[in-house]
Amino acid sequence: MQQGLTSEAGSVAGLNNFEATIGENLIDDAKISVRHADVFYGEKQAIFDTSLDIGRNQVIALIGPSGCGKSTFLRTLNRMNDTIADCRVSGSLTLDGEDIYDKKMDPVLLRARVGMVFQKPNPFPKSIYDNVAYGPRIHGLARSNAELDEIVITSLEKAGLFEEVKDRLTAPGTSLSGGQQQRLCIARTIAVSPEVILMDEPASALDPIATAIIEELIDELRENFTIAIVTHSMQQAARVSQRTAYFHLGHLVEVGETSRIFTNPRHQMTENYITGKFG
Amino acid sequence: MNNTEIVKQGLKKRYAREKRFQLYGKLAVLSGFVFLVILLFDITSKAWPAFSVTEILLEIPVDHESLGLSKDSEPNEEALSGINYAGLVKQAIRNVFPEVTKRQQKKLLYRLVSSGAEFEIKQMMGENTDLIGGEPVSVWVKADDDIDTYYKLETVTSRVKGEQVRFIEKLKAEGRIQTSFNIDFFTTSDSREPEQAGIRGALVGSFWTLLVTLLVSLPVGIAAAIYLEEFAPQNKITDFVEININNLAAVPSIVFGLLGLAVFISFFGLPRSAPLVGGLVLSLMTLPTIIISSRAAIKSVPPSLKEAALGLGASHMQTVFHHVLPQAMPGVLTGAIIGMAQALGETAPLLMIGMVAFIVDVPGGIFDSATVLPVQIFLWSDSPERAFTALTAATILVLLAFLTLMNALAIFLRNYFEKKR
Ligand SMILES: Nc1ncnc2c1ncn2[C@@H]1O[C@H](COP(=O)(O)OP(=O)(O)O)[C@@H](O)[C@H]1O
Ligand SMILES: [Mg+2]
Repeated sequence: MQQGLTSEAGSVAGLNNFEATIGENLIDDAKISVRHADVFYGEKQAIFDTSLDIGRNQVIALIGPSGCGKSTFLRTLNRMNDTIADCRVSGSLTLDGEDIYDKKMDPVLLRARVGMVFQKPNPFPKSIYDNVAYGPRIHGLARSNAELDEIVITSLEKAGLFEEVKDRLTAPGTSLSGGQQQRLCIARTIAVSPEVILMDEPASALDPIATAIIEELIDELRENFTIAIVTHSMQQAARVSQRTAYFHLGHLVEVGETSRIFTNPRHQMTENYITGKFG
Repeated sequence: MNNTEIVKQGLKKRYAREKRFQLYGKLAVLSGFVFLVILLFDITSKAWPAFSVTEILLEIPVDHESLGLSKDSEPNEEALSGINYAGLVKQAIRNVFPEVTKRQQKKLLYRLVSSGAEFEIKQMMGENTDLIGGEPVSVWVKADDDIDTYYKLETVTSRVKGEQVRFIEKLKAEGRIQTSFNIDFFTTSDSREPEQAGIRGALVGSFWTLLVTLLVSLPVGIAAAIYLEEFAPQNKITDFVEININNLAAVPSIVFGLLGLAVFISFFGLPRSAPLVGGLVLSLMTLPTIIISSRAAIKSVPPSLKEAALGLGASHMQTVFHHVLPQAMPGVLTGAIIGMAQALGETAPLLMIGMVAFIVDVPGGIFDSATVLPVQIFLWSDSPERAFTALTAATILVLLAFLTLMNALAIFLRNYFEKKR
């Protein structure tokens, strides 16, 4: 795939031009601001000099061919990369103006504020109730059992799962269907009341109907949360997001209003990708 | 020739090869199975005499005269312990064989019953003082081990004299000899007399020793595994520790015995022959097994589970204890039980720390002198008496039963946890 890319590179103008991000990567009143971020895995650089703002109560879609660093970028935002021994992040990343990589920023607290939903549904091998209650429990968010019940129920409701599971809250979370499991994971994330939710290809392991339900849900969640979603589906990006960022080989190539990106891409590579020439 | 034909030609050979390989496999399994059956058959056939015991019916005289007590006073403890119980037993035997008068023959007669018979009588009298002065009491007393072996196996040995054979025939004719289940094998401890020897002391000794082993090696092993797998920085020191743990698993167990002798007994001054020291030594031995299997179990926990917890803001510690460890538990427990089974069957290191002594008392705790099942087997296998052969085999059976039980438990736990997952 990448070989095809380089052979194409000579013929298409501007293809190797990684100089600067095209489009509106910076906005006013951003929830998360990333400036000149570089990410390395050991010697290997995975993200190059990337600057991007993530808007409040908006959905931003991160798209690009696989291996281009979308997940890596997403995971720098809640410091999930801390768990990878040789991963280094430089540049300035702020959440509401607070430096995410500051020594005083506790990664545990950060992850309570910036939640994450993963590609493969990964409910705990516990009951549905305990899955959702786990976050509030470890953070001490509920002062009584009644309060905890309340949190669990509203979280399940917000994730659009409550009606389906209200009769079997004690059943194991793993007994649900794939789509339900993913919504359980979303409910679990919501239960901690994060400010931002990061989603890494949340629907890629699901069938079309479950995907449609998740997409609808993401659109509803925007009201209360800031959302960054990685997706390999152009249609999904078009349906759920307000802004779209296109990554290529670790470079942020183009950012803009989703409608604009899909109708009028400015960079040749963006156009090639969304028209399906590669990816 | 087209391709189909070429493939067809080779096909026959390929199938034949597969068949042959399967045959080899079956043969290998079969031979292993045959050896196992032979072993079990051999041990069981040797062991079964130990589970029964020959008894002889005697009428013990309990009138005041025979007991040597005065009729006027109530028998006190001192008077009771002054009774010549051995004499009573001898008198009872003579009563069964009034025709025997020669000294030489009487000696042979007395050797029919176990030397433990007088203690049985003594205990009976001590518990039932109201018997005194009444009619003679009928008691089944244990036969001597040679008689026991002769009667159960019906083999003539040089240890049973011709006259004794005639005595036994008479006992048989009068219905005064029988075999019954040898409960004493499980309720008494070691003895010089095989018919009085049991495995209770060794069983309890094994229990205390394994308890110490479990209490030391399980927490230490799990903690070490968690630290190495989850928290230890990846550097030269960690690598060095890792290599050494793996090497430790291959160290011959007797070396741990020597180490235990030098460190726990000579340096720390812990008591010799005690389950405490035995347990500590066995812990050293089982630790590598537990650490290695626990690490493998922890490593096999899907990273997605850890990410889920971390993503919710669980600390590393919480992630490990709430999610990783419960998932790894079946593997950890399996490793622990297999380690315990190893420890249960271990002999050599315990010989080094003096758990090989002849111990008649059941150990009451981890500081008492004790022996363990495999050492008991070792001790008895060394004894010349024929009856000890049966005891040895019977003890091996008991040990095998425990090992099977533990392995079954390991399998059960693994299946149970896997189903729960
Ligand atoms: N844990 C890791 N260690 C080393 N390299 C990694 C690791 N994770 C990802 N990478 C590399 O970083 C690059 C970006 O990967 P990733 O962020 O997963 O891409 P995407 O999510 O866009 O498919 C890839 O070249 C990948 O091989
Ligand atoms: Mg990815």
